[in-house]
Amino acid sequence: MDFPTQSSPYLPVDNGVGRLMARVSVALLPGALCLFWFFGWGVVFNLLISTLTALGAEALMLLLRRRPVKASLLDGSALLTGLLLALTLPPLAPWWLPMLGAGFAIVVAKHLYGGLGYNPFNPAMVGFVVLIISFPLQMTLWPPPQGLQHDYALHFGDTLQLVFGGTLPEGRALDSLTMATPLDNAKTQFGLDYTWSEITATPLFGRFGGYGWEWINLAYLAGGLWLWRKRAIQWQIPTGMLGALFTIALLFFIADSDSFGSPLFHLFSGATMLGAFFIATDPVSAATTPRGRLYYGAGIGVLTYAIRTWGGYPDAIAFSVLLMNMAAPTIDYYTQPRVFGHPDK
Amino acid sequence: MIEILEQPRQIFGGLRLAANKAQSLRTPLRSAPLPERLIVPLSQHIGEPAETLVQVGDKVLKGQPIARSLNYISAPVHAPTSGTVTDIGEYAVPHPSGLKATCVVIHADGADRSADTGLKMDDVFCADPADIRQRVREAGIVGLGGAGFPTAVKLNPGRPVELLVINAAECEPYISCDEALMCERTAEVIDGVRIMRHALQAQQVVIGVEDNMPRAVDCLRRGLEAAGERDIRLLAVPTVYPAGGEKQLIYALTGKEIPSQGLPADLGMVCHNVGTAAAVARALLQGEPLISRIVTITGAGVSQPCNLEVRIGTPIADVIASCGGYTEQAAHLLMGGPMMGIPLPNDRMPVIKTSNCLLAASVEEIPPPPAALPCIRCARCTEVCPAYLLPQQLFWYARSRDFDKVQDYNLFDCIECGCCARVCPSHIPLVQYYRFAKTEIWDLERQRTKADLARQRHEFRVERLEREKKALEERRAAAKKGLAARPKSGDAEAKKAEIAAALARVKGKKTQPATVSAMRGSADSEQGPGSDTGSDSR
Repeated sequence: MDFPTQSSPYLPVDNGVGRLMARVSVALLPGALCLFWFFGWGVVFNLLISTLTALGAEALMLLLRRRPVKASLLDGSALLTGLLLALTLPPLAPWWLPMLGAGFAIVVAKHLYGGLGYNPFNPAMVGFVVLIISFPLQMTLWPPPQGLQHDYALHFGDTLQLVFGGTLPEGRALDSLTMATPLDNAKTQFGLDYTWSEITATPLFGRFGGYGWEWINLAYLAGGLWLWRKRAIQWQIPTGMLGALFTIALLFFIADSDSFGSPLFHLFSGATMLGAFFIATDPVSAATTPRGRLYYGAGIGVLTYAIRTWGGYPDAIAFSVLLMNMAAPTIDYYTQPRVFGHPDK
Repeated sequence: MIEILEQPRQIFGGLRLAANKAQSLRTPLRSAPLPERLIVPLSQHIGEPAETLVQVGDKVLKGQPIARSLNYISAPVHAPTSGTVTDIGEYAVPHPSGLKATCVVIHADGADRSADTGLKMDDVFCADPADIRQRVREAGIVGLGGAGFPTAVKLNPGRPVELLVINAAECEPYISCDEALMCERTAEVIDGVRIMRHALQAQQVVIGVEDNMPRAVDCLRRGLEAAGERDIRLLAVPTVYPAGGEKQLIYALTGKEIPSQGLPADLGMVCHNVGTAAAVARALLQGEPLISRIVTITGAGVSQPCNLEVRIGTPIADVIASCGGYTEQAAHLLMGGPMMGIPLPNDRMPVIKTSNCLLAASVEEIPPPPAALPCIRCARCTEVCPAYLLPQQLFWYARSRDFDKVQDYNLFDCIECGCCARVCPSHIPLVQYYRFAKTEIWDLERQRTKADLARQRHEFRVERLEREKKALEERRAAAKKGLAARPKSGDAEAKKAEIAAALARVKGKKTQPATVSAMRGSADSEQGPGSDTGSDSR
């Protein structure tokens, strides 16, 4: 009897890129739901526009590059890029903002930079940075979080009209519908010489982070821990990033608790947890050795603190991730683990 | 003093795989029926093939040597049963290369008459270790765990051995031949271990099993008690594939790492497979050379999975037939386990000394490999690599044929266990890339050695020509000097001397054809280097 042959190992595989990406997407759900709860329908529009654009752009690029379209679309990587970008965008952004960001992320940052597995930068973050540099005004369109005292709450219809038609509800100015995020607010107030305790006395700040944002961050943290349990991500990058961010924030806070934000505020505001568990852990553009990932994460944490504290942008995750992306190959080269049977280095 | 750990360690990385051993352990160990025709390869081991001692038409007896080893690292081959040699020729054998190899074909006469092998020793425990080694060598015993390294060589590590490790971990799924052996031939196993200990003069012995074979542990424990043996330790290591790798098992038992590219002997240890130990006992206590082995026949593709004692050379089809034949599900045939086994294109090949398992697998057990996607550097492979390598980097550089970089990342520490490929979400056949890179590097090294030799030869030639040219010039200079020193006056005596000298010169030239050829040689050499370099670059 004759048999076909193939090469070892032969056991059925128990893992797949599609499953990995699906897990990451599922783990984003709690955070996304929280974001929706606090910021309304704009979050949903962002998610829809961004993911549809990402998938469309992916299909187009695959066709142009003559790659198998179906298999690559199903691997879920484009979907995830779209999701991640959408979750970083302001909910009242005009429709073309997520579309532009997602399109740039997939067409340029993913495919023109090499395609899945070869792109040196995190595509979603490249998309984000292009938007924040080109359209700083639109990137600030965050409504006040649900539950915070304000004079007008946007409903589904209002948001739809605002996002797609640019029309404001009767008698309302755009300014009156938006509000600075806690990170942004803190930066401005520090600039006006307010102390940390004065700044956090406003209702914009919650128990330990920004109001609403602390819950959103907790939800991302929960999703991230689940991913770690499921072995979809490893502990080094989140630990490195959060550890470094916490440590450096603590040092400055101890030195001068009037002029610097508290370490917990940094951990539970803005995109910290989303960044630590979902963005910095993008394996393609991150460092890949165990020790290297710790350093890579720590680099992101330190840069995040520096840009948030002294930089000109409201949040810093995107810049920090991209800056560390560039260092990843070198970090990998110098952090090779000791191989079995080799002497200690 | 090597310390055997009280609590064996868990190896780094690895995989927890479904054992799938129960199905082949349901029925007791039995012997496969004698086949009509046996195909016995001359090379079933690592090292030089053996040289045939028989001719077509010869009658042979069971246990009679049919091929002898001419090198130190080699092993003789014996007739597995009595019969007639009907052919000596090239046959397909189970080997990763897929190439044919020289085999002796024996038609069994059914009588199974034994030859007197002279291997049996009366008091083996008082015997000279060298004598034991010699007999182990003559018995054709090789490592039965799968590698097939001549056992006699490993019984003579050339330095004192403190610890003998018996590898009974059998970590690969489906394979249960060692477990069957330990349960059903406990005494033989223990005898073999004791003989090996004596041959090595080892101070300590430890048998390492996996902790998922409690029955084997039980049998061995009782066997050791019955033998009154207190100095053989028995330890169960955590069941993780590949805990049965030599380096991994030694680490689990002693916490020590065998140096890269080194041997256990470098740390005063030797590791033998438990089946090999039993084979040694059989040879030295019963006089039977290695002519059969226990084979696990299993998988959804075989009707009655079991462990069989099979004569070396039995065609695989016959072995499967004695297990009730194939089921309809049989889709693949492997020799070895599902992580590191060799794929077999057909079942006409023989069982050889290293055939621990025949796995007739269904499509569910061995599905076709899914299409490979790009590596996303997720590093799941790094988490499971028992050698602490970075499989994703090795892949990257192997794929781009950067063979210097791939060695920088320690390609040659890869044991090809397949853990990385099994967990890869992109389904990249990683091990294949590593094998490819290793083969290419070996090939380059061979070419380099050849080129070095050619260069050396060329340099020697140039040097020789230089030397000859110089010698010629020196002679010429000497001759000129002699001419210049000639007296100018024209007296008769001087003239006479001049004539004599001229005559001598003529005579000298006639007897020096070498000089002429050297001149020609130097003319040649002007083109010589060019053409030599040409052949170098080819």
